[in-house]
Amino acid sequence: MATGTEPQQNSGGVRTGTRAAIAAPHLRTDRWWLAPAVTAAGLFAFVVYSTWRAFSNAHYYAAPYVSPFYSPCLAQNCRTMHAGPNADLFGSWWGISPAIIILIFPLGFRLTCYYYRKAYYRSFWASPPACAVAEPHQKYTGETRFPLILQNVHRYFFYFALLVAGVLTYDTVLSFRDTHYRWGHMGLGTLVFLVNIVLIWAYTISCHSCRHIVGGKLKHFSKHPVRYKAWQFVGRLNTRHMQLAWASLLSVALADFYVYLVASGVFDDPRFF
Amino acid sequence: MSSYEARFKVWRGDVEGGGLQDFTVEVHDGEVVLDIIHRLQATQTPDLAVRWNCKAGKCGSCSAEINGRPRLMCMTRMSVFTREETITVTPLRTFPVIRDLVTDVGFNYQKAREVPAFVPPAGLGPGQYRMMQEDVDRSQEFRKCIECFLCQDTCHVVRDHEENKTAFAGPRFLMRVAELDMHPLDAAAESGLDRGRSAQDDHGLGYCNITKCCTEVCPEGIRITDNALIPMKERAVDRKYDPLVWLGSKIRRRTT
Amino acid sequence: MSVVDRQEWDVVVVGAGGAGLRAAIEARERGARTAVICKSLFGKAHTVMAEGGIAAAMANVNEHDNWQVHFRDTLRGGKFLNQWRMAELHAQEAPDRVWELETWGALFDRTKDGRISQRNFGGHEYPRLAHVGDRTGLELIRTLQQKIVALQQEDFKETGDHESRLKVFQECTVTRILKDGERSEMGVPPAEGWGKVSGVFAYDRESGRFFVLEAPAVVLATGGIGKSFKVTSNSWEYTGDGHALALLAGAPLLNMEFVQFHPTGMVWPPSVKGILVTESVRGDGGVLRNSEGRRFMFDYIPDVFKEKYAESEEEGDRWYEDPDHNRRPPELLPRDEVARAINAEVKAGRGSPHGGVFLDVSTRMPPEVVRRRLPSMYHQFKELADVDITAEAMEVGPTCHYVMGGIAVDSDTAAARGVPGLFAAGEVAGGMHGSNRLGGNSLSDLLVFGRRAGGHAAEYAQAHERPAVDDAQVDTAAAEALRPFSAEPERAREGGEAGPPENPYTLHQELQQTMNDLVGIIRREGEMEQALHKLGELRVRARRAGVEGHRQFNPGWHLALDLRNMLLVSECVARAALERTESRGGHTREDHPTMDRAWRNVNLLCALADPAGALAVTDPGRGQIRLTRENTEPIRPDLLALFEKEELVKYLAEEELYE
Repeated sequence: MATGTEPQQNSGGVRTGTRAAIAAPHLRTDRWWLAPAVTAAGLFAFVVYSTWRAFSNAHYYAAPYVSPFYSPCLAQNCRTMHAGPNADLFGSWWGISPAIIILIFPLGFRLTCYYYRKAYYRSFWASPPACAVAEPHQKYTGETRFPLILQNVHRYFFYFALLVAGVLTYDTVLSFRDTHYRWGHMGLGTLVFLVNIVLIWAYTISCHSCRHIVGGKLKHFSKHPVRYKAWQFVGRLNTRHMQLAWASLLSVALADFYVYLVASGVFDDPRFF
Repeated sequence: MSSYEARFKVWRGDVEGGGLQDFTVEVHDGEVVLDIIHRLQATQTPDLAVRWNCKAGKCGSCSAEINGRPRLMCMTRMSVFTREETITVTPLRTFPVIRDLVTDVGFNYQKAREVPAFVPPAGLGPGQYRMMQEDVDRSQEFRKCIECFLCQDTCHVVRDHEENKTAFAGPRFLMRVAELDMHPLDAAAESGLDRGRSAQDDHGLGYCNITKCCTEVCPEGIRITDNALIPMKERAVDRKYDPLVWLGSKIRRRTT
Repeated sequence: MSVVDRQEWDVVVVGAGGAGLRAAIEARERGARTAVICKSLFGKAHTVMAEGGIAAAMANVNEHDNWQVHFRDTLRGGKFLNQWRMAELHAQEAPDRVWELETWGALFDRTKDGRISQRNFGGHEYPRLAHVGDRTGLELIRTLQQKIVALQQEDFKETGDHESRLKVFQECTVTRILKDGERSEMGVPPAEGWGKVSGVFAYDRESGRFFVLEAPAVVLATGGIGKSFKVTSNSWEYTGDGHALALLAGAPLLNMEFVQFHPTGMVWPPSVKGILVTESVRGDGGVLRNSEGRRFMFDYIPDVFKEKYAESEEEGDRWYEDPDHNRRPPELLPRDEVARAINAEVKAGRGSPHGGVFLDVSTRMPPEVVRRRLPSMYHQFKELADVDITAEAMEVGPTCHYVMGGIAVDSDTAAARGVPGLFAAGEVAGGMHGSNRLGGNSLSDLLVFGRRAGGHAAEYAQAHERPAVDDAQVDTAAAEALRPFSAEPERAREGGEAGPPENPYTLHQELQQTMNDLVGIIRREGEMEQALHKLGELRVRARRAGVEGHRQFNPGWHLALDLRNMLLVSECVARAALERTESRGGHTREDHPTMDRAWRNVNLLCALADPAGALAVTDPGRGQIRLTRENTEPIRPDLLALFEKEELVKYLAEEELYE
């Protein structure tokens, strides 16, 4: 009758307690399962591909192109890339594929990304599978405790992602050389790298953490006109964060696959000039 | 003007139990689901309980689940369904049912009371407030909320886990915290209240796994997740998980 | 035998819209324990529908604005029938009431220098309406709601109970005001010194349980009566409850013939017919055209407004940019003028396909400006009518929107006449707006007089003993409320009203049709007599309104109870409209088409003709309402001096001028 009626305490979901007695876990008549299914298939395909490529430790360099999976390359067992992104930070004890060292960062960035979290919570965890569709779990604590509380480190992965994007930009610049490291070349690979780096930057910049850092944390935009403009720009990109996440995921895999094809001798890089 | 007979299933009952009841009812051009419910009341079931008010999507009273999706009945046009489709209308399934389509939404009023109110700035009297449009834009978006509680209904944190209702305020009231935290003149900080921290510590922000259903169902199109919940999570990170901030506070503590 | 739950409060506020909540805040802040009762959920009141803004002469946009100009506009809009002291207080206090909202957290749209932005509106000389896009009412109600929560949080800190000093009883309906010293047949005039308010009788919609709140002071803030009309912008709550409660308690209603038809309601699709299209559409540049594409409003500028409005489209268009050197376009005439003009165009066969006229912003503003300035209008047309207002014109027509008439109150204290302890504020109170309300003046009215009513009610409650509640009255009220459930044969025995049970929904539809067709925007003597006869018939049939099911959240039962109020109020409207043989503001008589200066200072008061109610209810020929005429108090000379003599001549009778 008055405000503030105490909610009844009893555990369970939509089919229990004092809620309307409806046995079905949901009454949706549309194809609500389609989006999570497609998401799951897409992410799964990428995981399979990238695992194979990351551990293969081969065909990742075809001058002047270096696969984004292996850049920067930080162990002694890296292939020599002339003026390329390799630095022997880890020395000789690193035995397995050097891709593993660096892939942690983009992987961590994407794993803790607010969009990807939504995508895999829905499609892999079914938490929830779709809106107003009951989830199968008995208990739910969200991101309040270990390990999911670690999602809060997204911002640090963002800082690393900036560095990685910087290196990939460097790689793209180097791709304007030819196979003999002379400048003034451009091949199909250069174009692939260009598209990829634009999408990588757009995805990285459109990150929610970035939006917060450039201006979102401010209370008075009017006192910081430049940061306000930056925040608005990032905000506009941010509305496309999901699309950029997928586009850049696809483009980075494509760039890698292109290097693989050229390095393994399937075809030669077509040259524009 | 054309009309046809539509098939409806409407949940009827109360806390003791109930079920979906079949109806066949006339539908005219341009009508919305709430019109059909009213026609049922006037012609077939005069005691069918339903909440409604403005019938223009402005008050947020007629929230229900239509074909399993949380929606406002007054803003769901019949033309979005085919004539052959059977349309199912049930009460909100996250709150205790009272009767038919009416639920006890007291949970939301309880949560509203748990969010500390706006703290007026000291030293500014009525008429002396100066705020720039760009500074109020963000909070204004959140103040478009009509409190239909569809976001609270669809959020799986409480929908599927009754036990979380104590700890979790729900999207609507986390957004209220964000609104106040972004209010250019809110003086909560000066009074010793850290809204960013309290969003996580007192209102259960950590339960949100940003799966965006609240944004999907919002009839006002408020971007709850992107503009309120995630920024609040980032603000909580500022306070609690930023190593630079953490280091800074350690050093400061040591030197003072 | 009363077993109903009883609670003691100092002040009971009926209604939780803008006026009710503002009254409750004031009463609680003055130390009175205050209860608010509302029919809907807390925060859903009809105030959320207000779109345009709050009129207050803050002079943020045009520095020439001040309370005197606002007062002048209000009186012109109301055709000088306003209770002038109310209009004066309103114009003086409105800015403070708006600024106060900011200190409670409201966020209005801003000017470039960070002050509250103000927009143009019909009848206002300067941009005056504080607004938030086109959802100002929502901002107002939310701010007041959150202020109440803030007060409850304070009380919680002190007493451990949120509701110790201020409690909202949501989804409850008051059916009777209880008074001391009355005989148990309600409405029988009390002996000298008795008849003070002692509380209210209410039922909880959710459970159907009855309860009594005992309180020496009751504030009515129940809003309007629109649900008695078929085409209306009002929500289901607007069944004239407060008007009827006051009548039944012995307080008279003032000038009930003045009902405002908003010129622009949606006309299609049928299910949303009547839903409001905000006046800001015109304030921001929207124009009205007929089917021939003509901006017909230029043909309808009445003589009294000739000097104030543009004569050509070019001048009207220039005004949006340069209001100091041009006159405003006639689309911004007061609402009654625009509504009548649209009505006339449609009648002349120059209407739109669905019986309205065209309101166009698409050719006047770029799409993104439309979407930014009128977001909820864009949304409303897109969702409900599948019309994109950035690309095509809207179809609009008049819709019942507001009742200027209401409970006769004292201007300063908002106390209802004749019933000590009863107060009224907001739409339910009469007088403030005269014969026609200006857009934007309602939200400021709610705040100004809500605060006054709450303050004076608290003061009254503190100064007076708590009168005892009479058990017999509670029993009578309970029996009345249960009537729709009782078996038919039993009622037939009561005397001469045997007949089939009536469906309350059917009765309601017939009532709405009657009022819409016979006492609508243009009125004729014969039709109104017909309406009164029909109302009598409906009243008798409403006695037989029966409902199925039980008391728990039963909308059929709720409607059956609301019918009593709608019928009472409708009779007031029809009777007063029949009596006033002139056209003024919200009252247009086809048989008396001009304004008559002799009526300028005449108020019509409605009171219950037969308080015991025994005869009138069973005899369709007999009315329930008795009408009396009363002369208004002359306007104070210093206020009159704010107007030019030439203007006053148009309104005031000779003898008033020379006094």
